[in-house]
Amino acid sequence: MALRTFIKRNLILNNKCPLRISQRWSHFTFVPDTVSASEGETQRMNLFQAINNSLDIALTQDPTAVIFGEDVAFGGVFRCTVGLQEKHGKSRVFNTPLCEQGIAGFGIGAATAGATAIAEIQFADYILPAFDQICNEAAKYRYRSGGIYDCGSLTIRAPCSAVGHGAVYHSQSPEAFFAHCPGLKVVVPRGPIKAKGLLLSCIRDKNPCLFFEPKILYRSAVEQVPVKEYTMPLSKADILVEGDDITLVGWGTQVHVLREVCQLAKDQLNVSCELIDLVTILPWDKETIAQSVKKTGRLLIAHEAPLTSGFGAEIAASIQHECFLNLEAPIERVTGFDTPFPHMFEPFYMPDKWRCFEAVKKLVNY
Amino acid sequence: MLPIRLARFGIRSVAANCKRINIGSLSQVAREFSSDERPQFPGSRSQWTEKLEFIRPDLYDGIPVYRVMDRKGKVIDPSQDPQLSQEMVTKMYKCMTQLNTMDRILYESQRQGRISFYMTNYGEEGTHIGSAAALDPKDLIFGQYREAGTLMWRGFTLDQFMNQCYGNVDDGGKGKQMPVHYGSKELNFVTISSPLGTQMPQAVGAAYAYKRSQNGLCVMCYFGEGTSSEGDAHAALNFSATLDCPVIFFCRNNGYAISTPSKEQYRGDGIAGRGPAYGMLTIRVDGNDVFAVYNATLKARQVAISEMRPVLIEAMTYRIGHHSTSDDSTAYRSVDEVRYWDERDHPISRLRNYMLSKGWWGDAQEKEWKEDCKRQVMTAFARAEKKLKPNWKEIFTDVYHEMPSHIREQMKQMEEHVQKYAEHYPLKNFTKD
Repeated sequence: MALRTFIKRNLILNNKCPLRISQRWSHFTFVPDTVSASEGETQRMNLFQAINNSLDIALTQDPTAVIFGEDVAFGGVFRCTVGLQEKHGKSRVFNTPLCEQGIAGFGIGAATAGATAIAEIQFADYILPAFDQICNEAAKYRYRSGGIYDCGSLTIRAPCSAVGHGAVYHSQSPEAFFAHCPGLKVVVPRGPIKAKGLLLSCIRDKNPCLFFEPKILYRSAVEQVPVKEYTMPLSKADILVEGDDITLVGWGTQVHVLREVCQLAKDQLNVSCELIDLVTILPWDKETIAQSVKKTGRLLIAHEAPLTSGFGAEIAASIQHECFLNLEAPIERVTGFDTPFPHMFEPFYMPDKWRCFEAVKKLVNY
Repeated sequence: MLPIRLARFGIRSVAANCKRINIGSLSQVAREFSSDERPQFPGSRSQWTEKLEFIRPDLYDGIPVYRVMDRKGKVIDPSQDPQLSQEMVTKMYKCMTQLNTMDRILYESQRQGRISFYMTNYGEEGTHIGSAAALDPKDLIFGQYREAGTLMWRGFTLDQFMNQCYGNVDDGGKGKQMPVHYGSKELNFVTISSPLGTQMPQAVGAAYAYKRSQNGLCVMCYFGEGTSSEGDAHAALNFSATLDCPVIFFCRNNGYAISTPSKEQYRGDGIAGRGPAYGMLTIRVDGNDVFAVYNATLKARQVAISEMRPVLIEAMTYRIGHHSTSDDSTAYRSVDEVRYWDERDHPISRLRNYMLSKGWWGDAQEKEWKEDCKRQVMTAFARAEKKLKPNWKEIFTDVYHEMPSHIREQMKQMEEHVQKYAEHYPLKNFTKD
């Protein structure tokens, strides 16, 4: 009989197995975005399907566009490129050897020579070998050449962030490393609708872009996504919930955690939270955050990446400078700890809704 | 064959892939498997052996060095003489000597504190001119930093070289980079960057884009033997072969990476020894023989474009000068060693002897050209030195395609600061608004 049934019948129901395999722990509940009817026909898509759709549109419209990386030909380990090689051909969707620095360098060269280069790094945890190419080369290509050469048509996509069991090398959120590199754009979508539009914007943007896709959302994030082609603006933060007492800022999966915090704060503390999805890490929308903090006087930033020099540090430093006299309390960051990302202890590591809720409580009672 | 359950991801795709294998092909595979003739591993289907034998890396002398002329400039096998016209050969000679003269002047100018840094090309002029002459002017060049002769061949003017070294208002790079980091869009020479080897996988990507665009061009990638140790070099060679890219990898093996001699850089048969391992066509040439370099590059280009595959050329040469103005090579090599190459095996003298033997050059022409060349270099030098630097606000341009608000904000803050503290900033050297 099937393995799962065997375990359930003989171990779980007999209380011989302490693990409840059939139950999955999740630290968040995905809240879908909706679009107005004026956006036209929509289709039920999860995150990887929306990304697949976006890539398909890019390849259909731009004959120079190519997609490459490890295992992209058969559809990708997260199925983001399923069907694309069949549709657009082997010369446009192809596997490269297993070498991230090669993938990034190859992408830069292809972009320089006039192609729209869409590279995939299999996990954001493995983007580090490509750091030299991305930060020393791609980011600086236009600047150092006096503007005569650039690799603006390069986009690098990578799955990022916690997935429940990813541990040290399948859970990282490296956005802060790249935020420190002028010349790059760094974008993190919170769901399928945003992802489709943002990815297309990145592909068309005339600067090298990094697109980090929270992998836990690939299947769990499902929305009614407009089937038409559309883009979404980079460097524009989204105010998802309006409020007066405290500003909450996050990106990617954390946005959904913070949504629950908003509800908890309202129910248990009678506190009105303003929730902002930063969307783009670099260049980031300081204006929207500052406006919000000037109204609320309190700021909580939450991200999975470790505390020290995480992107929350940049937001905190800039906002205390912009809004010093408006602040009613210190700016709070709820983040991963300054440790590598652990395996068994993930429920304790994550900046979950209880840690964020506790921080809201502290700030409101400061 | 049962579909294996993969936790969370990919379950349906594995099942879908399994459906594609039909019974007919399964039995065919079974028949091949039962045959004992060859190994069936997807990774290699070479041959069987029952002998426990390791391959020795020193089994043979190494890949031979292709040459056309002897060290004195005499053609050995006339069939290998490319029979270039007098005009072409004279242009090659003048280009190499002008490069040499420019190097002397600019090296000296750094010593005098006029420019901050310089790298000479002494001894390697043959690798530049021989290869550049065999390319199409529209072939895209990715260099390392010691290929100025290829730019000179294509028509980069003395003014343009000097403007970049001085970082003045006419520098194409807008004063952003150190001297010798040249770039030219018109001449299809990608701007040089300091990190070594990064240009190599980029050259491969560019070649792939060229292949797709069917523009009939190839990409030329220069690098040194030291750089070939970088991870990017391995990545580039592997990608170029697996992705069938029309790229020529041209290694200038000049014996030194700053102070590190080649015997401390690799243990195998140089860089050429690696080419076949990557599955690519390979040749080793005498880099000080302009015609050997020319012939090899011409052939490599033909192959790259007609067969859509990469080619590796290892050009053996010698770095006669110091690594840069920050280096004094007497600290790690003997003056005698350097003198040998300067006097006994120099690309310029070998070509001159060839021209003399053809009656295309003489002492009078040499004297006249030497003076003319020096005069041209000196006047360009004087022009470059007089020019102002670009406006200091160029700091903030070209970071992105469009200037984002945060950079604009920083520029404004600095503008206010400079206005207030003007006398503490060297504004008179920089172009005004």
